[in-house]
Amino acid sequence: MKGFRFYGFVVALVVLGMIAAACGPTPPPAAPKGKLEIFSWWTAGGEAEGLNALYDVYKKKYPGVEIINATVAGGAGAQAKAVLTTRMLGGDPPDSFQVHAGHELIDTWVVAGKMEPLTSLYKSEGWDKAFPKGVLDIVSYKGDYWSVPVNIHRSNVLWFSKKVFTDNKLEPPKTFDDFFKVADALKAKGIVPLVMGTKDGWEAGHVFEDVLAGTLGAEAYNGLWTGKTAWTDPKVTEALNNFKKMLAYINTDHSALTWDGAGQYLIDGKGGMMIMGDWTNGWFMSKNFTGYGWAPTPGASGIFVALSDSFGLPKGAKNRDNVIAWLKVLGSKEGQDAFNPKKGSIPARVDPDKNLYNDYLKSAMVDWAKDAIVPSPIHGAAASEGWATAYKDAIAVFVAKQDVAATQKALQQACVDAKVCK
Amino acid sequence: MRGSTWDRVTSVLLIAPSAIAILVFVYGFIGWTGWVSLARWDGMIQDLTLVGLRNYQKLFDTERFQIDLHNTVTFTLLFLASSLVIGLLLAVLLDQRIRSEGLFRSVFLFPMALSFIVTGVVWRWLLNPGSRELGSVGVNLLFDKVGLGLLKSGWYTDPSIGIKAVAIAATWQMSGYVMAMYLAGMRGIPEDLREAARVDGASELDIYRHIILPLLQPITLSAVIILGHISLKIFDLVSAMTGPGLGFCTDVPAYFMFDTTFRGNHFSQGAAIAIILLLSVAALIIPYLVYTARTEVQR
Repeated sequence: MKGFRFYGFVVALVVLGMIAAACGPTPPPAAPKGKLEIFSWWTAGGEAEGLNALYDVYKKKYPGVEIINATVAGGAGAQAKAVLTTRMLGGDPPDSFQVHAGHELIDTWVVAGKMEPLTSLYKSEGWDKAFPKGVLDIVSYKGDYWSVPVNIHRSNVLWFSKKVFTDNKLEPPKTFDDFFKVADALKAKGIVPLVMGTKDGWEAGHVFEDVLAGTLGAEAYNGLWTGKTAWTDPKVTEALNNFKKMLAYINTDHSALTWDGAGQYLIDGKGGMMIMGDWTNGWFMSKNFTGYGWAPTPGASGIFVALSDSFGLPKGAKNRDNVIAWLKVLGSKEGQDAFNPKKGSIPARVDPDKNLYNDYLKSAMVDWAKDAIVPSPIHGAAASEGWATAYKDAIAVFVAKQDVAATQKALQQACVDAKVCK
Repeated sequence: MRGSTWDRVTSVLLIAPSAIAILVFVYGFIGWTGWVSLARWDGMIQDLTLVGLRNYQKLFDTERFQIDLHNTVTFTLLFLASSLVIGLLLAVLLDQRIRSEGLFRSVFLFPMALSFIVTGVVWRWLLNPGSRELGSVGVNLLFDKVGLGLLKSGWYTDPSIGIKAVAIAATWQMSGYVMAMYLAGMRGIPEDLREAARVDGASELDIYRHIILPLLQPITLSAVIILGHISLKIFDLVSAMTGPGLGFCTDVPAYFMFDTTFRGNHFSQGAAIAIILLLSVAALIIPYLVYTARTEVQR
């Protein structure tokens, strides 16, 4: 059936080509029609606005296509991925879906043979030159490209309330020692030093990946995910101890809150700092909150813990032509510059129109160009989903029990189970 | 004679579609899940190589699963006990021929009409602890206002309470249902029995203890079965209300199954949890089925 449809497509192309040839020099291209189902977890604030901006670009170019916006709410795609798995295994793939570039895309979908390669599209659109090498590396597998990255997010950002910091004459901390000094000063004032929301289970793992990067440095941190650095390393113990110390400074109601619920502390001036990815920037904007500052997380200046959202072409997509048109919009400068200022991320392309972006994003573009780029496990770039889930669970237990030795053992075991460590 | 053969044929024909559907979609898939649970399917590529009971062995070694089992036992015991006691109490009170009984009956039954998702969201807000910096909310705020600040607690965010807070919400939802069952049972007990006991000089309390409660035994059994299997399989309430919670203090096997299967792509591990859930529900229901079958034969 699939083969039949493919040949049908080829035949249609040939026939179209003949008609075009017969009609003379400037034939109007056949206007695409039908539907296009886009699956994502972008439902809130700036994310949804960014997605709608992309839809607007698409609708302007292809007014005949009806876009079906299939979204499933939930941070980091926690719920959406479950729905997606069911649909993919059930043979009902959405036309195109949001997936974190890196191991989440490759290990989950590409290796299993569920995706179509996009190499020819990359060549024809010139994307192999428009995206930097680091980005091309994470979307490729066995010499082919597999998805179109729309953005780059930074995981290791320390957000702080400017008002709280100036009132108490504090500077954003650069090292862990600084961090604990600042935290003590804030605690003495009755302000929550570090706000965290852990309800969805992944947020603590997110903070810990930044603590790992800040404690181990870029190279050793990268090694954790490739098997070059052992999880039994004393530096990992140190990272766990740092994290444990940080947990003494967090809000008591963290397990009742999601990350954005916790962000409310900053907006209300009741919290000092928050470690969360730079989608927080878009969320602050959607709340009309401007009194925030940012810095790299402690110990991680010069390190950019990155993740990227991308879209691909699943095998068996019902509206293949419309998806290709969609991917072209995503990879275009126009599409990326429409999406990213609203989403609060920087474009994956090297040639954005910098004037469209706010101060945070401009600074992120500068860092992206000069920092050491390392991948995020919680957001699918560094590790397979199985490994990331085990890592997330180990850290979730750690937040409650704070047992350094047991957690380090669990993290090592997760690496072994993922067949990366021995 | 011919008529009865024809009856047989039609009855078999009429039952066949649903029997086949149940055979395939229930028992077929149970068998399939059982097979997957014994295989090495760990990722998007289907791998049905049998590995024996290794998945189960690993599962019972997993800390999260141990916590989950512990939580399920706590939740089931608490939820059953409190729903039965409160349900019975409400039924006894309503049984006193009070005015506007219908109104109260509906009020107590209404929570049943909600889905667990709605209950979960409402109780997430009610039992949200708030914090010192942002102030109390929900039940804690109520305690503050009436001067019972001492009773404030972290509710589901406190690992020592955890799943017990979820049991409160579940009890709120299901005790009205237990009440309805008991009330129906009480109304089925003939008034003569009570009259006779009163004539013999029994107090109202004695009547409930020695006559009504023993007669309500089959209803208690049904209630235990119905609530028990809900409680062993609970997922939606936990998912909406708390998620896995701090250090998995509100996690349950069904939630873990969802997490590991659809987020971690550990299909075999998920299947193993499903089979364990099935066995635990079976351990509850099969004795009940055998018991009812036997009593029916005796009749």
